[in-house]
Parts: sequence; C-alpha cells; structure tokens
Amino acid sequence: MASSAAVPFWRAAGMTYITYSNICANLVRNCLKEPHKSEALTRERVHFSVSKWVDGKPQKPTIRSDSPEG
Amino acid sequence: MFRHLTTRILSRPTTVTAARARPFSTDVAAAPAADEAFAEAWKKVIPNIDPPKTPLHFMTPRPSTPSSIPTKLTVNFVLPYASELSAKEVDMVIIPATTGQMGVLPGHVATIAELKPGVMSVHEGNDVTKYFVSSGFAFIHANSYADVIAVEAVPIDQIDPSQVQKGLADFTQKLSSASTDLEKAEAQIGVDVHSALNSALTG
Repeated sequence: MASSAAVPFWRAAGMTYITYSNICANLVRNCLKEPHKSEALTRERVHFSVSKWVDGKPQKPTIRSDSPEG
Repeated sequence: MFRHLTTRILSRPTTVTAARARPFSTDVAAAPAADEAFAEAWKKVIPNIDPPKTPLHFMTPRPSTPSSIPTKLTVNFVLPYASELSAKEVDMVIIPATTGQMGVLPGHVATIAELKPGVMSVHEGNDVTKYFVSSGFAFIHANSYADVIAVEAVPIDQIDPSQVQKGLADFTQKLSSASTDLEKAEAQIGVDVHSALNSALTG
C-alpha cells in the first residue's frame, strides 16, 4: 500500500520526531567548544527510573542516569 | 426542572465555538473576550450568582491583524532552557526550514515551518546575529509575530571545527556500513547534522 504523503527518512525507519530531534540536539552539543560543551552536557543530564507494572505490582525498575564522571 | 435548562445553556457555548472554529484563522477578526450569549442566558435564570467564567474569559484574545503591514517583525526565539530573544523587533529573520532557507519579513503570510539543522540569522538594521539551530519549529502569525522554538541553538563561534570534521567522517563511514533501517537512519541524521554544521562554519 503506497503512502499518501512523502514521509521523512527517519519516520520511514520507525523513528519518532522526538527521537530525531533529540539525536540532532545531542550531535550539536557534542560539537561545541570546550566551556560551552561541558555546560551543555551538565544541563542536559537526566536521572530517572522506569518500572513496568504487571498485575498491579511494579517490576524491577531500570534506572537511566547520566551520573557525574570522575 | 432546572437541570434541563442548565444542560441547554452549557451546550450552547460549544455550538457557538464550533461555528467560530470553522472559518480560516486568517479571516477571523480578533476573538471576543467573553461569551455574551452564555452570560445573558445565565442571568435570566440565576440573576443572583455571577456567571461562571468560561475558558474564553481566561484566554487572551487573538491580537487582530493590523490592516497595514507593520514595519518590524517581532521575534520570540525560545529554547527549552532559556529564552534567547523575547519580543525583539527585527527587520527580517532567515530560518532553516525543511523546504529550504526561508526569509521572514513583516507581513509574512501565517506559516508553520518545521526546521532542519541549519543556520538561523536575525537581521536588525545592519547587525546580523547567526545561530546554529539543531531542529525545531517556527510559527509565523498573521500579525507579524514569529515564534521560533528550537531544542538547541548555539552561536556559530561556539562550534568546534575539528569535532565537526571528525563527526562527519565517522558518520559517513557508519552510513556505508549500516545494516538495519534504524542504523541507516541514525547515520543519515549524523551526516546531515554534521554537513549542516560544516556549511555553517564555512558559509
């Protein structure tokens, strides 16, 4: 079945816009000069834990954390 | 007895707003600040209590499109962590839309543009400020207000050329060796972003 609209290549590969946008932002942040680069990376650090719930009980959580280096 | 009356009154605003939603936004005049018909109907039934505030009361009305084209474009350029430009009056902005570099002048037709990684330049008199935008959207309204939202925007002089070259080489190599669709897409994104960074540095 042909698609009715031309989709961007990342959408055709199964990626959402948010994922695409975050990848672009990360690549740009990695190409910055030094003081700005570390500022940008500290600013965008995340720390969260995700757990799936099965039968009303939380399963083991997965923790996503950009812990400080050193 | 009153229940029927209130359901009828409450259903009225939705039909009024539905009629208002149908014309194009370019044809609609400045939106009213309160729903008159609802307030009157309420007062007829319950004169002692103030009419409840409808959502329309809390929304600031859409500013009317001026009949003559304004001389300046008002730009709001925001990032998730900072507001780069806030209601700044400029002569022109050039945004990197997916359809190409788009110049926005005062009086531009209302447009929503998705941005690709590229250079955005703000022209004010003889000053030009350039930012490299990673991706985002630009909303241009009929009254010469432009809202540009980006995830990352950096002045061009904060970009490190050696990292850009390295990234470009890496991703070009990944693109040729990618197997799954997702890997190909990621490598393609890498190549696009780094070549845009490259042309921003040289152009």
